[in-house]
Amino acid sequence: MWITYNNEIDKMDYLDHLEAEAIYILREVAGQFEKPALLFSGGKDSITLVHLAQKAFKPGKFPFPLVHIDTGHNFKETIDFRDWLVAQIGEKLIVGSVQDSIDQGRVREQKGKNASRNALQTVTLLDTIEKYKFDACIGGARRDEEKARAKERVFSVRDEFGQWDPKRQRAELWDILNGNINQGENVRVFPISNWTELDVWNYIKRENIALPSLYFSHEREVVSRNGQWMAADQCLQIDNEDIITCKMVRFRTVGDMTCTAAVCSEAVHIDDIIKEIKASTISERGARIDDKVSEAAMEERKKEGYF
Amino acid sequence: MDILKFITAGSVDDGKSTLIGRLLYDTDSILEDQLEAIKKANRKNDDGTVDLAILTDGLKAEREQGITIDVAYKYFQTEKRKFIIADAPGHIEYTRNMVTGASNSDLIIILIDARKGVIEQTKRHSFLAQLLSLKKVLVCINKMDMVDYEQAVFENIKTEYEKLASKLNLKSVEYIPVSALKGDNIVHRSERMDWYTGEPLLSFLESINFEAKTPKPWRFPIQWVVRPQTADLHDYRGYAGRLVGDNMRIGEEVYILPGGARSRIASIELAGETLEYAENGQSVIIHLTDDVDVSRGDTIVPVEQPAISEKNLEANICWFDTKPLDKGQIYLLRNHSSQTKIKIEDIHYKIDVHNQEPIYDETVSLNDIGKISIKAAKEIVFDKHNLYPENSRAIIIDPRTNITVAAVMILDAV
Repeated sequence: MWITYNNEIDKMDYLDHLEAEAIYILREVAGQFEKPALLFSGGKDSITLVHLAQKAFKPGKFPFPLVHIDTGHNFKETIDFRDWLVAQIGEKLIVGSVQDSIDQGRVREQKGKNASRNALQTVTLLDTIEKYKFDACIGGARRDEEKARAKERVFSVRDEFGQWDPKRQRAELWDILNGNINQGENVRVFPISNWTELDVWNYIKRENIALPSLYFSHEREVVSRNGQWMAADQCLQIDNEDIITCKMVRFRTVGDMTCTAAVCSEAVHIDDIIKEIKASTISERGARIDDKVSEAAMEERKKEGYF
Repeated sequence: MDILKFITAGSVDDGKSTLIGRLLYDTDSILEDQLEAIKKANRKNDDGTVDLAILTDGLKAEREQGITIDVAYKYFQTEKRKFIIADAPGHIEYTRNMVTGASNSDLIIILIDARKGVIEQTKRHSFLAQLLSLKKVLVCINKMDMVDYEQAVFENIKTEYEKLASKLNLKSVEYIPVSALKGDNIVHRSERMDWYTGEPLLSFLESINFEAKTPKPWRFPIQWVVRPQTADLHDYRGYAGRLVGDNMRIGEEVYILPGGARSRIASIELAGETLEYAENGQSVIIHLTDDVDVSRGDTIVPVEQPAISEKNLEANICWFDTKPLDKGQIYLLRNHSSQTKIKIEDIHYKIDVHNQEPIYDETVSLNDIGKISIKAAKEIVFDKHNLYPENSRAIIIDPRTNITVAAVMILDAV
């Protein structure tokens, strides 16, 4: 169902350094917080985090559960992979469901053709944090992804409403991480802040980390929306005007089906992907509809409590 | 391949953002959709060229005001190295951000406008570089295109800066004449300054090496005790941490500080694999030969070259909070993974960042730098800042707000 590769590549010092830094951060989370959690989206960055957590605490168990905020519009491959991985590593998984939030009337679903549950998941995330009293949530965000993220701290404090205040961030000096918080606050932790997309792929290759098959080129039915190829799934409100075509595609970034576009690609092997990324003239988040809303789309969402 | 972290200091007027933009642009690190976004934002320089500063100004308020408020991290890579740039604001009111950016850098690029020479800001940035013991200072004399690429201009500024460097006791300073706007000596060697025989900026950044000739003794601060407590690993007890300094080897005799219990390194492992030794910066798990009490916050050091473990310290600090230092208040000091209560016993003096002269005044407020005495509730494990900066660093946290209020460089025990 998913693909693993087994090739030897030369040990590169900078990947060792990035790995050691991420492990250091994960251990600080374990040491500083009462109830941490690892936010798992099923994408390559959070899969990498799980791998790093294994390295950080082996032969012990993770001192935190995995938490998945499921929009209900995830790719089947993502959910299957999630369940396989959790069984494989024997760690605890908690699922927060956006569908439940809708059913309970906590959020209202958008209508129309470009409706997405992407924004709704913030509410489900904050509800889940409150329900389980998580004081730290580890996420796979990277600073090279997006310019608001480039400003975010490794330990990023959120207020009682889950909000990020970019103008009042704590100073973060050397590798000393201050996780002291007031009642009701929580911290988002980003252990792979300093990794780039290429670093993640080189690491996945070196460590032979399994990924959902979505990341590799495959044949898929797609429809064109706003100039991007989207997976032809019912959650996209497909109607008679949409023309479904079959294309060789892969996903460079994997989120909800309504906000992640496919890219045309022949890359079936991880080496092809690395080559493709090196030659790419478009950034990773170019395929994220959610970032294109406005110049400050990510900053605005983060202020509201997004990952 | 390895990683070099550096900070660029200077204001927008000195062409700092243009320099970063030029490095990214000339190494093909800016992608089409990012360029598209810049064009869409439609911010232009006075001369009509696209303003590359928008690449680093990530916050809405920054773009609106055209200033950099907070440190932004930028990444690029060449065949030889991965680079992390801390882009910090140059205005005086943001000294704390500059200190933050510098604390996460090995090297500082200080930009000087060739038309202006050494100005107050240059002195301030150089002083901070010295305060934080950055390993290398690179002075880029920029806007050489505005002074007809004249060698005399470069030499005069160099002489001027050398005086400052010797006053501050800054060692290993290098000088490069550049024009970030025109691309001279940034990525490519300038043909317009054949009198300059050194490397262009990028080659310099690619080749500089910080390997210490005499490595400092290792320190191993404990972050977490791994105790699986499963049937098959019932007695397993591993101490997890990240090594600082020289290699740590199996069999070495050690102290556990504070306290001073003695033991020996039984084994070292990384993700289940056994290692003969651990290297600087490596995150590993170690086992000791004896059943001694070790917990998070302790530091393991070699018996041959131990660290200092004391309650009364002297330190340089940079104050970060809008609320001034309150001598009657109990604060928290965090170094590595250890946190303890402290009292500020004495404020010796502050330092004027403009002329580096001491000011005898007891109020330490936002952006102030000064020397203080600290009394801690439990022993702090450290080395003297002038000998071993990597193991002299700490932060002060205000327990009322939990905010990080100061950067600390521990000078010595009292």
